[in-house]
Amino acid sequence: MAVMNIREAINQTLHDAMERDPSVILLGEDVAGGAGTAGGQEAIGGIWGTSTGLIGKFGPERVIDTPISESAIIGAAAGAALAGMRPVAELMFADFIGVCGDQLINQIAKFRYMFGGKARCPVVVRLIYGAGMNSAAQHSQAFYNLLTAIPGLKVVLPTTPADAKGLMNEALHGDDPVMFFEHKALYGKKGEVPEGLHRVPFGHARMAREGGDVTIVALGRMVSFAEKVADKLAEEGIGCDVIDPRTTSPLDEEAILDSVEQTGRLVVVDESPPRCSVATDITALVAQKAFSSLDAPPECVTAPHTPIPFAPELERAYVPGPPAIEAAVRRTLDWG
Amino acid sequence: MQYSQDGLLRAYRRMATIRQFEERLHEEIAKGEIPGFTHLYAGQEAAAVGVCEHLDNDDMIVSTHRGHGHCIAKGCDVKAMMKEIYGRRDGLCKGRGGSMHIADTSIGMLGANGIVGAGAPQAVGAAIAARAEGKGKVAIAFSGDGACNQGTTFEAMNMAAVISVPAIFVFENNHYSEHTGDKYAVATDRDIASRAKAFGMEVWRANGCDFYDTFETMAELLDHVRGSGKPAAIELDTERFYGHFEGDPQRYRAKGEVDRLREERDALKIFRAHEATDEMLDLAQLDAIDEEVTALIDAAVDEAREAEKCDPSQIEEDVYAAY
Ligand SMILES: Cc1ncc(C[n+]2csc(CCOP(=O)(O)OP(=O)(O)O)c2C)c(N)n1
Ligand SMILES: [Mg+2]
Repeated sequence: MAVMNIREAINQTLHDAMERDPSVILLGEDVAGGAGTAGGQEAIGGIWGTSTGLIGKFGPERVIDTPISESAIIGAAAGAALAGMRPVAELMFADFIGVCGDQLINQIAKFRYMFGGKARCPVVVRLIYGAGMNSAAQHSQAFYNLLTAIPGLKVVLPTTPADAKGLMNEALHGDDPVMFFEHKALYGKKGEVPEGLHRVPFGHARMAREGGDVTIVALGRMVSFAEKVADKLAEEGIGCDVIDPRTTSPLDEEAILDSVEQTGRLVVVDESPPRCSVATDITALVAQKAFSSLDAPPECVTAPHTPIPFAPELERAYVPGPPAIEAAVRRTLDWG
Repeated sequence: MQYSQDGLLRAYRRMATIRQFEERLHEEIAKGEIPGFTHLYAGQEAAAVGVCEHLDNDDMIVSTHRGHGHCIAKGCDVKAMMKEIYGRRDGLCKGRGGSMHIADTSIGMLGANGIVGAGAPQAVGAAIAARAEGKGKVAIAFSGDGACNQGTTFEAMNMAAVISVPAIFVFENNHYSEHTGDKYAVATDRDIASRAKAFGMEVWRANGCDFYDTFETMAELLDHVRGSGKPAAIELDTERFYGHFEGDPQRYRAKGEVDRLREERDALKIFRAHEATDEMLDLAQLDAIDEEVTALIDAAVDEAREAEKCDPSQIEEDVYAAY
């Protein structure tokens, strides 16, 4: 198996997919870069480095640099998908779902159901998200919570290079719109990646740690923080199950419930604010379906209910970190 | 056009302040002192100042991600801006916004904005408020050649024309949106003003590296808007001297492009050349301003560095509810 980081895994998967399937196209702002400049096309290769080399291989008809027009980007992806293509559309920052909300929420999410199951809309929207780079309130948000709430959208949060490849391939083989959330701070994370057409089915969680005393369900970047805490507590003889759901819609309820039935304790770690979040959703699931297994009240470790602040001291306080997770785990153990 | 000495000195001071503010930031960012992404305005000084010198505190502007120049031209406190960019507690926005989100509504600066294209509709609303007040005030949206392609900008222009309010759309065409050229992204043959015209507005064009041209053209535009209460637009041909953001390798530029721009299109050089042949100002006066501005920026950076950092226990201030 090759070792690469998440950025490279996504780039390689896009190369392979475009090679294999001529209906796959990529569109977004500066996904090639340099259009209409002296430096020329491909002066950039995507501002995140995930689309490097694609325009050289597949040309500007399939790798489409767009003007700054998010509604038209997602709307065009929707139309291309209805007409039989498999567009991959990039939102440079997930925050820009605020600009193209209608196309995501009222359009692509609805077609298959609303058109009596006859339409397919296999759009993959790549949303680059997450805090930690002092990018402030409009360039840092973890909006998977909003899109998880919309029936008709699948929502994916890869946290390892292997899963980035496997989940992207799965998205490119399905017939439904997939919201593919890529955390900026995880792009450099390295790992082994299976060769070939590696696919990871949606709705199957990854057990990142097995410990048996406390269940930690962590989302996106929070998985690595939860792993850190689990490793630390393991030295004290406290065993944590760390569950990475990988997809928040569909959600692997079984993996979570099975674990909580064993441990009796749940901590959910979520980078987005506390209300109406994936964290509260998972907590409600456990309260409803594993109530009698619980030995302590479920804990949610989330960002505060504020926009994301700029100053480093404030942003550090905003993003949930290992100390808050550890404290929550201990509260579940000390309860009663 | 009649200029006063005081007016010209003030305009030069503002342009020099923007330039030195940005050049100093360029150095400090390279040292790793400043968090986040910063988009520098150097090169576009004549645009912000040529527009804002016509305004007072009751006129309103909405700005962009490249907002430092608009802020300074509108009269924001330079030291408080610097503290904001350093993320300090007594920065202009308490360190919560940073470079991309500087605002001071008390002087009609309604906010820099991280969302490209978000400002133009807000200027329409501000113009509704200006109309309601009935004092002949205006609201101005600064937008780039990238922002002009956003649907929100089109909607704002059409709505301003339909409801007839004193909104002014200032398009600063610096020929790039991030790494993409206006030649590619602006379908109307790089011509943005003609779009505004298509919505039934009067439009103007000016050299956005030349204070006098921008200022005089804006004077005509403002006469029209203040007289008619109708919206208008202006396209300013201007340049950015640095990367899209600090750290941008700028591979899209032609060889020697920035050197040429700094030679031929430098707003401060153009201003000085103008004054060298004009009787209004003595170049020594401009030199003296440069020195005063340097002292101001030095002090701003020193104070920002020393300033108290933000207090994490205050993170939940200014939201309506906490959980
Ligand atoms: C809605 C939205 N889309 C994309 C971006 C990313 N972005 C930031 S600035 C920029 C280019 C803006 O170009 P222009 O309007 O010409 O302004 P300039 O940078 O030249 O001042 C882009 C694409 C953004 N901030 N907001
Ligand atoms: Mg521009």
